[in-house]
Amino acid sequence: MTKPVQPDAPTPPKGNGGRANSSTETIDQWASQEYKYGFVTDIEADSAPPGLSEDTIRLISAKKGEPEWLLDWRLKAYRHWLTMTEPTWPKLHYPPIDYQQIVYYSAPKQNTDGPKSLDEVDPKLLETYKKLGIPLAEQAALAGVAVDAVFDSVSVATTYKAKLSQLGIIFCSFSDAVKEHPELVRKYLGSVVPYSDNYFATLNSAVFTDGSFVFIPKGVRCPMELSTYFRINAQSTGQFERTLIVAEEGAHVSYLEGCTAPMRDENQLHAAVVELVALDDATIKYSTIQNWYPGDENGVGGIYNFVTKRGKCQGRSSRISWTQVETGSSITWKYPSCILIGDNSVGEFYSVALTNMCQQADTGTKMIHIGKNTSSTVISKGISAGRGQNTYRGGVKINKGADNARNFTQCDSMLLGDQCGAHTFPYIEVKNNTARMEHEATTSKIGEDQMFYCNQRGINTEDAVSMIVNGFCKEVFKELPMEFAVEAQKLLEVSLEGSVG
Amino acid sequence: MIEVKEQKQTYATRFERIEAGVVEGGSASLLAIRKAAFSRFTELGFPTTKHEEWQYTNIAPIAEAEFERMETDTASGSIDDIAPFNFGACAATLVFMNGKFAPHLSAVGNLHEGIRARSLADALSSDDPLITRHLARHAKFDEHAFTALNTAMMEDGAFVYIPPGVVVEQPIHLIYLTSSAQPGSYHPRNLFVLGSSSQATLVESYAGLEGTRYFSNPVTEIVTEAGAVLDHYKIVRESDEAFHVSTLQLHQHQGSNASSTTVSMNGRLVRNDIRTLLDGDGCDCTLNGVQVIDGTQHVDNHLVVDHAKPNCNSREFFKNVLNGKSRGVFSGRIMVREDAQKTDAKQTNQSLLLSEDAQVDSKPQLEILADDVKCTHGATIGQLDEDAVFYLQSRGLDFETARSLLVYAFAREVIDEVRIDGLRNQLDELLIARLPQGQLLRERL
Repeated sequence: MTKPVQPDAPTPPKGNGGRANSSTETIDQWASQEYKYGFVTDIEADSAPPGLSEDTIRLISAKKGEPEWLLDWRLKAYRHWLTMTEPTWPKLHYPPIDYQQIVYYSAPKQNTDGPKSLDEVDPKLLETYKKLGIPLAEQAALAGVAVDAVFDSVSVATTYKAKLSQLGIIFCSFSDAVKEHPELVRKYLGSVVPYSDNYFATLNSAVFTDGSFVFIPKGVRCPMELSTYFRINAQSTGQFERTLIVAEEGAHVSYLEGCTAPMRDENQLHAAVVELVALDDATIKYSTIQNWYPGDENGVGGIYNFVTKRGKCQGRSSRISWTQVETGSSITWKYPSCILIGDNSVGEFYSVALTNMCQQADTGTKMIHIGKNTSSTVISKGISAGRGQNTYRGGVKINKGADNARNFTQCDSMLLGDQCGAHTFPYIEVKNNTARMEHEATTSKIGEDQMFYCNQRGINTEDAVSMIVNGFCKEVFKELPMEFAVEAQKLLEVSLEGSVG
Repeated sequence: MIEVKEQKQTYATRFERIEAGVVEGGSASLLAIRKAAFSRFTELGFPTTKHEEWQYTNIAPIAEAEFERMETDTASGSIDDIAPFNFGACAATLVFMNGKFAPHLSAVGNLHEGIRARSLADALSSDDPLITRHLARHAKFDEHAFTALNTAMMEDGAFVYIPPGVVVEQPIHLIYLTSSAQPGSYHPRNLFVLGSSSQATLVESYAGLEGTRYFSNPVTEIVTEAGAVLDHYKIVRESDEAFHVSTLQLHQHQGSNASSTTVSMNGRLVRNDIRTLLDGDGCDCTLNGVQVIDGTQHVDNHLVVDHAKPNCNSREFFKNVLNGKSRGVFSGRIMVREDAQKTDAKQTNQSLLLSEDAQVDSKPQLEILADDVKCTHGATIGQLDEDAVFYLQSRGLDFETARSLLVYAFAREVIDEVRIDGLRNQLDELLIARLPQGQLLRERL
């Protein structure tokens, strides 16, 4: 990451007073940086007209050939949604969303039979994936990653399915799961995030189009990292993903989710729901890299990312771990949570959130301790630059019966620039006197002495900032699976290119 | 809903009386503020637990009780009643019986020329320019129903002014004692103005005789001009049936140094809003607090430290000791505004849960808009260290005494910071009396 400085290499700081100058310069550079993954793939989409009504929901359900119970569930959610109001408590500012302007269904045109192999997949799609660097085709084998690539709302290609099915693992799109494993979907859908949970989750329950479904049977350890790339493509298509992961007794799975989105001016609403269920001794590790279009330097455009993620540690000694690297979206509203029901269960949350330009992030976690001897760890690192506003909002709740519950929370914020903000709003509720909980939060900037030390050692300002920020996030990065850890570091480096604190 | 409406009705009648001049209301400008405050109160209504700032404190019992204005005879109360609250020599002691100034119990010694220490009712009727300038100008009522209610209803309280450069060596003590057998409510209002480079110590004691049932809603505004040094203490020893909802608003100017300690011991429901605005370069602010509660007591401390100007330091240190079925709430917000560079803010909240049914809610918050700052907060919740208890037991202390000693040490950390010897000893006694095996502990210490 830090290149050794060659004596003949041109060094950016100009003279002695160059440090301060290059600081503001490079901040400006960062602030004016173009989004590197912005492009729109021109594919004909089979879309529903914009607007939301019971008819839209019936249309989605019919298009996907869903059973009656699922349609009923969707309608129940929709009717409940009509009685709800959009939450105003987050520290976020955005113009009101017109839910009637959104296209709720959009599927890429394809052969009615569906692609049987990668060769049959629309080459333009493959081109898009290549640009994003998704190891779908030949890289899939090398990287050992099974990718269920979601292009807008219908899953196009699924790899490694056969290999996984040998072990009894189900890894497929949500629509396929509804068709092939309705009993499992019916059993677990809404069991962690009920249809009436919150405004955006309820909206998702009514109109979700696709997503991923993972089922790991008893005692199976998934031999590879499962990965889905979400990608928003068609203009004004809100993505309403639904992901459900179930790990049976003693099962083990690591799931990766990563996102990039093309550049455009209209705000896009993304209201996904992720539900995790871990039974006795099961482990689920869920990692996310989110790098959607953040809008331009004036905050125009960009994705609204309103996500409900929740895991239920239902069984004894189960474990759910959330790791997230949030660098994109103009607005992030996301609180991956753990409900620790089983005795001895463990919940973890590791997060790096970076806001730049006019980005706003209100993110954190909620740890609800119900079972005995449950423990949770929360490590959150927020980095604010430009005019970014970064908020950690977290809750730790220790219920009456949760004897010997343990929580450790650490939220650190770093400010780069004088127009950004960093906020911390933790809520701690303890109803059991055997609980032990600690919460720590700090806010600081990169110290002048740290920068001076690096400069004086011949490390230029830019590399030094990148190095210090990466060091700041290290505790979180080390929790990421190998493939993601590399990507995350790259992502931060790209974001930090030409920036200095 | 109907009850709340009726409740508003009670207050409306009372407010009409103030408007009609039945109660001395002061100048016309103050009446305008009162009107604004009352209409704000009518809009806000009593907060419910759906309100973010009242999430953990249910004040429904206050709204339901429909407390009437406390009628009192100014000559009530005797020296014996207030004796337990005195802690030694004071520059001035102002006593308020059931919310009304009691001159026969108060003592104002030989104060330095220019110092004013008098009842607010008195000051209001004399049109003091300082009152017009400061009263109700600092404690914001737009978002706080109880402050609005106080602003509309205030009748009496203390007004203290220290002229520039004057150092008052001995503390000024305010005692609010409720002795009325009739349930009722009152809204004490205190205003302290410390002139530039002056120095003073202020102590507020709130207490009620056993068995009295009332609602006390004090608001204290303190202004420290440039370079002033303030040492402030507030002791809550209300009766076990009493409700106490208070607001303390500090407004600090350049280079001033303020320290405030809140000790909450008795009262059925106690809510302290402690806010400070650091409105000048280089201010220093320390907010300490400790509550030792038991039974079904509820104590809620809500702190806001607003760093509006650069180079200010703030320290917050609050401790909870919870026994029985008591509930402790802490909310501390540190705000650092855009140009408040070089801010150094630190907040610590520690809670000790001694019983199975005690509970604690903690909300330490940071809101930071400047980049060159150092801000930290820490919150811990736990129980006594078993090893420490074992160690003391191995030294011959029985289990209960060992525990009491450790709790004592935990709470003493705040009380140790009290700079008035007499008050420190008084608080020490109070603390020991509230501990299980306290008597035994006192003998051993």
